[in-house]
Amino acid sequence: MKILVPIKRAIDYNVKVRVKSDNSGVDLTNTKMAINPFCEIAVEEAIRLKEKGIATEVVAVSIGDKSCQEQIRTALALGADRGLQIDTSETLDSLQVAKLLHRVVEQEAPDLVILGKQSIDSDNNQTGQMLAALCGMPQGTFASVINITDKQIQVTREVDGGLQTIELTLPAVVTTDLRLNEPRYASLPNIMKAKRKPLDVKSADDFGVNLSTKLKTLRVEAPSQRAGGIKVSDVTELVNKLKTEAKVI
Amino acid sequence: MAILLYAEHDNKDLKSDTYKLVSAAQQMDSEIHILIAGDNCAELASKAADIKGVAKVLLADNATYAHQLAENIADLVVELGKNYSHIVCAATTTGKNFMPRVAALLDVAQISDIISVESPDTFKRPIYAGNAIATVQSADEIKVITVRTASFDAADTGNSAAIETINAVKTSTNSKYLSAELTVSERPELTAADIIISGGRGMQNGENFKLLDGIADKLGAAMGASRAAVDAGFVPNDMQVGQTGKIVAPQLYIAVGISGAIQHLAGMKDSKVIVAINKDEEAPIFQVADYGLVGDLFDILPELEAAL
Repeated sequence: MKILVPIKRAIDYNVKVRVKSDNSGVDLTNTKMAINPFCEIAVEEAIRLKEKGIATEVVAVSIGDKSCQEQIRTALALGADRGLQIDTSETLDSLQVAKLLHRVVEQEAPDLVILGKQSIDSDNNQTGQMLAALCGMPQGTFASVINITDKQIQVTREVDGGLQTIELTLPAVVTTDLRLNEPRYASLPNIMKAKRKPLDVKSADDFGVNLSTKLKTLRVEAPSQRAGGIKVSDVTELVNKLKTEAKVI
Repeated sequence: MAILLYAEHDNKDLKSDTYKLVSAAQQMDSEIHILIAGDNCAELASKAADIKGVAKVLLADNATYAHQLAENIADLVVELGKNYSHIVCAATTTGKNFMPRVAALLDVAQISDIISVESPDTFKRPIYAGNAIATVQSADEIKVITVRTASFDAADTGNSAAIETINAVKTSTNSKYLSAELTVSERPELTAADIIISGGRGMQNGENFKLLDGIADKLGAAMGASRAAVDAGFVPNDMQVGQTGKIVAPQLYIAVGISGAIQHLAGMKDSKVIVAINKDEEAPIFQVADYGLVGDLFDILPELEAAL
């Protein structure tokens, strides 16, 4: 079984986000970048399936300029077999990304696509579902447990009221939630080995996909700050304030 | 051109998000059609018809829609949605699941998690876990939108919109529902509650969450938790409030033993009144709290329960 894992280069989750003073976006100059945390979980899950003998090949793909090769190498160091960079300097929407990935799925014919449920920059939570729709595949989103048996995959999903388990016929798309697994750290020998693993580069233009978008970001601003309040000395004062001042109980 | 609004439900009750979704939709266009797709759900159509501002209810009542699977719900919405200017749904796990499929099949972008409607084609939405707010404009003919309902007030009831039966039956051949483990609780749902009391790592273990029970009962509050408490295994994940859990904006939010990591604040900072109880007076939660009480929660919680 072949698994395709699309990954995204995103701001490191520990970095404090600063909005540019001209409100054109978020300032990413000299900012530490990393593999998006949900994508890392996707890579880990694919590698575990390989270690269990269920998967035979894990292919990591990322869309972006040359810098995203860094994250592909991270995936290779974690255990992916080969990488593919789709080269573009444009910032793409989820739909364009899904369209490019759709072409990759046609070329690679994976049995399973595992990707993060959302990236921590644009917070869209769209790409996996869009890809599944374009490929005509079923989807198991926000997965916390997956179980593969022959031509089926059972996916336990994190839903608002608890958990839901569904069964999909492969090929299928799965998006990861936080509790699916805890990603490993890449060992130094594996980081060295990753440098010799194959990493193909293809231009986004070669995929014959219309990359124009009708969605425009007009402005990005910092959220309004909430002013801190007061400290109360004890429970009696707290209950009093909530009753008479805030009038919420 | 009208708005097609997908109402979420469990075949018995409409989710309270629906009422808030209607008031968000009213800011986009005047004519709102609500779609109810489910199994044995005719009663829900009359409930939806009762919401003020709704012009028509579309009822697709068939066993195939019982579990609202993404694959066939998306196909149904795509078929019905072609002649609408907007297709909207709450940004719940159901909406997040099927709406991007709808957008992709209609070949339009999706605008996720909007918190305000600036004009029928311009919306505000949080990015970077709420650390920045983007204003986005869509020139797509059909705007596919998920709404963060906590940012909108509920629409009133007292209406009698027409109900139209939809006979289209879409099936999911390669996806099937097996089971669900849903948390059963007498308390209100987190995203619908007026008052929420949440515990964090400071609760020390799952057993101690019982200290919140009595207070929640007296206040009619929902119970939540921080990601730290979920990760530590104190409570199940569906109680999680934060960037990776539920986004809430109740009238009163009481944070107990929660330090106030950015990721938690992203889920509750729009609450009207925030109370923080923490023994560390430097905890960041106090910077957003209207009322802070520094002290040992194991002393304070019983006192608070007695005082209410």
